[in-house]
Amino acid sequence: MLEGISAISTVSSVSAGDLRRHIWLVHIGFGALAALTCLAAPLVGPTPISLRAVFDQSLPFAQNVDAQIFFIARLPRAIAGALVGASLATAGVVLQALLRNPLATPFTLGVSAGASLGAMLVITFGVPLAVLGAAAVPVASFTGAVGALAIVYGLATMRRQGLSTLVLLLAGVTLNSLFSAVILFVQYVADPAQTLQSVRWVMGNLDVGSYNPILWAIVPMGLAGAVFARLPRALNLLTLGADSAATRGIDVLNTQRLAFLSASLATGAAVAIGGPIGFVGIIVPHLIRLLVGADHRLVMPASAFVGAAFLVACDVAARTVLSPMELPVGVVTAMLGGPFFLWLLVRHR
Amino acid sequence: MTNRTKRQKHAILALTFLTAPGLVSAQEQPQRIVSIVPALTETLFAMGAGDQVVGVGSFDTHPPDITTRPRVGGLLDPDMEQIFALRPDLVLLYGSQQNQAEQLARAGIQVLPYTHGGIDDTLSVISHLGMQIKRPNDAKRLIHSMQAELENVRARVAQRERPSVLLVFGREPGALRNIYASGGTGFLHDMLEAAGGRNVLAHIARESLQITSEAILASAPDVVIELTYDDRMTQETRAAEVAVWNRLPAVPAVRNQQVHLLLGNHFVQPGPRLAEATTAIARALHPEAFLPLLELAR
Repeated sequence: MLEGISAISTVSSVSAGDLRRHIWLVHIGFGALAALTCLAAPLVGPTPISLRAVFDQSLPFAQNVDAQIFFIARLPRAIAGALVGASLATAGVVLQALLRNPLATPFTLGVSAGASLGAMLVITFGVPLAVLGAAAVPVASFTGAVGALAIVYGLATMRRQGLSTLVLLLAGVTLNSLFSAVILFVQYVADPAQTLQSVRWVMGNLDVGSYNPILWAIVPMGLAGAVFARLPRALNLLTLGADSAATRGIDVLNTQRLAFLSASLATGAAVAIGGPIGFVGIIVPHLIRLLVGADHRLVMPASAFVGAAFLVACDVAARTVLSPMELPVGVVTAMLGGPFFLWLLVRHR
Repeated sequence: MTNRTKRQKHAILALTFLTAPGLVSAQEQPQRIVSIVPALTETLFAMGAGDQVVGVGSFDTHPPDITTRPRVGGLLDPDMEQIFALRPDLVLLYGSQQNQAEQLARAGIQVLPYTHGGIDDTLSVISHLGMQIKRPNDAKRLIHSMQAELENVRARVAQRERPSVLLVFGREPGALRNIYASGGTGFLHDMLEAAGGRNVLAHIARESLQITSEAILASAPDVVIELTYDDRMTQETRAAEVAVWNRLPAVPAVRNQQVHLLLGNHFVQPGPRLAEATTAIARALHPEAFLPLLELAR
C-alpha cells in the first residue's frame, strides 16, 4: 500500500489529455454505480411495497403505509448511508495522504472518539441538548467531534510554527485512547439499559428515522466536500513529503490545515448521524487505489462514489438480513469489507 | 414452553448444587441476606424478610427502605470484599456470576443464582426463594396475591378485543432509533398477553430484539406501549418522547393516539410488582375495563 501512495510520481507522467479522460471515466462510471445503488436501495426490503402505491397521490400520506415505508423507513437511510459513506471514504483518503500513512482512518485522529464520548454522555446522563429539532444524541456527538478536533489541532500547532503531522498523529491516537477510557468509565457507571444503548450506538446505525439529522449534517459535509474538491493536486505533492511539495509551489501549512479540518469536519458529521461505522474509511480508499492508481484527482471522486455505494449496500443488508431485527451496520461493513479487501489484497500481489 | 421448563430445571439443579456446601446451616433460617438482584431484593421485602437484608445491589430502588442498606455492586461490579464483610449466610446474585458464586460457596455461604424468564418463572423463583429463607408460607401468600391480581386483570380483559401491540422497552432518547422491543418470550411478553394485548412480535422466539422502523410500519400495531424505568422524567420530556412517534403517522397506534409511555422500574424488574405492572399495561390497553362504574358493579 505504501508503494501505492508513493507511486504518484509515475501517475503524474500520464498526459494531460489522458488524465482528463480518466477523470471523466471515473466520474461517470463510479457516479453511475453510486446513483444506481442509491436508487435501488429504497426499493429493496423485507416488506414488499408497490411503487405505484408509494406515489399514489389520492391517498393521504398519513395513511399510505407503502409511501411511509419508502419515504421514512428506507429513503432517509439510503441518503444518510450515501452521505456518511462518501464522507468517511474521502476523509480516509485525505488523512492517509496528510499523514503519509496507509493505516490512517477517519477515526485515527480522535474525532470519532470525541463524537462517541459526546453521544455516550447524552445517552447516560440525558443532557437535554436538543437544538432546533435536532435530536440530542447527534448534536452532542458532533459537539464532541468538534471538541476533539480543537484539542488535537491545538496540540499539533502549539509547539512550533506550522502543523506537525507527527504530533497530529500521536496526539490523535493518544486522545483516542483517552476518550475510549472515559467512554468505558461512563458505560461502566451507567445503568445496564443505558449501557446497552450506548454500546449499540458504537456499532453504527443509519436508521435516522427522519430527514432532520441529514439536513443538519449536509452543512459540515458540504463544507468539507468543497474543500476536498480543491485538495487533490496538493495532496499528490504532499504525499511526496512536505519539503518537496513546498519546492513545487504548494502552501504546505495551508494545505495541511485545510486537509485536517475538512476531513475532521466530514468525519464528525458522519459519526453524528451514523455512529462510528468502521472499515469504510480504510477499505474504500485502498480498493480505489488498487483500481485507478494513486492520483488523488481520480482517487478522491472515486472514493466518494464507491464509499457511498458500499455503505448504502451494507445498510440494505443490515435492515433486511435478520428482519424485523436490525443488524448493526458497522458489523456488516466489517464482515463484508474485511474479507473482500483481504481477497483483493492477495489477488493483486 | 419446553424452554421454560428446562430453565426451571436448571435453576433447581443450580440451586441444589450450589447450596450443597451450606447444607449444615440450611436447616436454619438465613439471618443475614445480601441481594444484588433488584427483583429478588424486592421479593424479600414483600415476604416480610426485609429485616434480614443486610446488603443490596447498586440498582435497587424498591422498597424505599433499601436506601438504609449498604450497596454492594451489581451485575458487572459485585464488591466481593464488602459482601464477605457483611457476613451473610445467603447471597442472591445473577446466574451468570458463577465466579462469585463459587467464591461464596467456598466460604460456606449459601447462594441463590437468579435467571429471569416469563411470569411462571418469576413465580417459581419467588417460591424457591421462600423455601430458601424458610418462609414458604409468606412466599405462598405473595404468589397467591399476585396470581389473584393477574386473574383479576385477565378476567376484566377476557371478553375484549385484543389489540395488536408493540411493546418497546428501550430507545435512543428523542429519536426513533435503536428501538428495542419485546419478542415472543419472557416476562414482558407474558405481561402483555395477560393484559389483553396481542404482541406483534410474538412469532419471534426472543426476549428482545432491535427493530427497524420499517418493521414497525409493516407490523402496524394498534397500540404502542413504551416502558421506561426512569420515573423522574418530567411531564414535558414525557410528552416530547411520545411525540417522537408522530414521525410514523401510518402506524395505527400513532394515528389513533394510542402510544402510551409507562414509567417505573416495576415494568422492567420481574418481581412482586409484576402484577401491578400488568394491571397498568391493561389499563392503558383497555381503559374501559377499569371504569369506576364497573368497579362499583363488581
